[in-house]
Amino acid sequence: MRRVVITGAGTINPLGHDVPTTLAAMQAGTCAIGPLDIRDVDRLQIQIGAQVSGYKEADHFSRQDLTLYDRFTQFALIAARQAVDQSGLAFTDATAERAGVILGTSGGGLNTQDDNYRAVYEEGKNRVHPFIVPRLMNNAAVSHVSITHNLRGPAFTVSTACASSNHAMGQALAMIRSGMADVMMTGGSEAMLCFGGIKAWEGLRVMSRDGCRPFSINRNGMVQGEGAGVFVFEALEHAQARGAEILCEVAGFAMSSDAADIVTPSAAGASRAMRGALADAGIAGDAVGYINAHGTGTTVNDRTETAAIRDAFGPHADRLMVSSTKAMHGHLIGGTGAVELLACIMALRDDVIAPTVGFAGSDPECDLDIVPNEARQAHVDAVLSNAFAFGGLNAVMALRRF
Amino acid sequence: MSVQDKIIAILADQALLDVSDVTLDDTLDSLGIDSMGLVETIFAIEEAFDITVPFNANAPAESGFDVTSVRAIVAAVEGLVKERV
Repeated sequence: MRRVVITGAGTINPLGHDVPTTLAAMQAGTCAIGPLDIRDVDRLQIQIGAQVSGYKEADHFSRQDLTLYDRFTQFALIAARQAVDQSGLAFTDATAERAGVILGTSGGGLNTQDDNYRAVYEEGKNRVHPFIVPRLMNNAAVSHVSITHNLRGPAFTVSTACASSNHAMGQALAMIRSGMADVMMTGGSEAMLCFGGIKAWEGLRVMSRDGCRPFSINRNGMVQGEGAGVFVFEALEHAQARGAEILCEVAGFAMSSDAADIVTPSAAGASRAMRGALADAGIAGDAVGYINAHGTGTTVNDRTETAAIRDAFGPHADRLMVSSTKAMHGHLIGGTGAVELLACIMALRDDVIAPTVGFAGSDPECDLDIVPNEARQAHVDAVLSNAFAFGGLNAVMALRRF
Repeated sequence: MSVQDKIIAILADQALLDVSDVTLDDTLDSLGIDSMGLVETIFAIEEAFDITVPFNANAPAESGFDVTSVRAIVAAVEGLVKERV
């Protein structure tokens, strides 16, 4: 089986518009959650979120392009461009047919849907722009990344709610390992911060009105974010043959289904996914130094995830560092695993563990070393990144220092 | 229909029970209403009384909406209805 490495990374998210800015913000423990600046926010119960600020779409794309690019596509394209540039790849020859793209998203072009439903239902218009369908479709981001970079191999979108990005990256890994492709652009993108997007989540009553405090005794819910993370996954020999800089190895992946409840997570399902990722990577549990937790800040997730980590790692759970960066960038839903993978790469390359900010006191049911409030210097050789979706779908990535 | 009767009807509907089987001393637990059922119940109450119930499933005790018994729910809704008027 071929080994797979990461040779490029790109992002735009609430913490920054590129990877260096984002990692610096994570290291500094920056919280990007604040008052939402969206239309009709006064009609929402939940009025906070982590938005990509200081972003003007016209600075990045032409007017013609923007008729086709929903915000989630824009984010994916910006992140993909950075990743390709860092990798040094150009898909101008036979490489193009051996290269593809798999991205995760949950809401797809939700802003486009929101705007146009508003136009026809609220404003009573009987006409919408001709490109609404290609703009809102969940595969729009994948297709535009493919078109922009001439990626002619496997290309599709994965949509598994909060685990979308991890499931997408797991598929990219599998395709390169099996020989179906040599290079895969992968990660995820989400832009759900619009009236309808928040209103739907509000109904579930799991959102916090005042902040995201994962694993903290006073946590009271999740906070949504937006943005994208895109990576270049490449067969090791392909990367070495062209002398590429290798950021880390994608060592393993596993997924599982709780087959239990549509919203309440199961520790057993999460534990099976973590153990599966370790087995797939050939990494012993006690070799893992850091886990980027799903850590949504809801009462149930954080308690269940703690139990799952204890189940998967046994006594080593007390020696692990576990942090949730969602307290800084919010929950990017279908894009979250991709942005959180950046924290894993930072741990492996820069010896910096991103903190869980907003921590205000221990919960006996979340008794792990959650790296509270301040980043920590530490040398780790292997890390996991957890994503557990509504629907009981779990997806865990294992990365190794290269 | 009084506030109490309406709430009992909503809870009975959620619990798949007859209204005569729901008493003021019942709890969500004794009615077999789980956290998902509670969220649906609160939605039904909001729709029935045109009120907003400040309930966060993560921190039920801090929500300012007492759901410890049918009696408590009735009292909490009566308070919210009064505030609305």
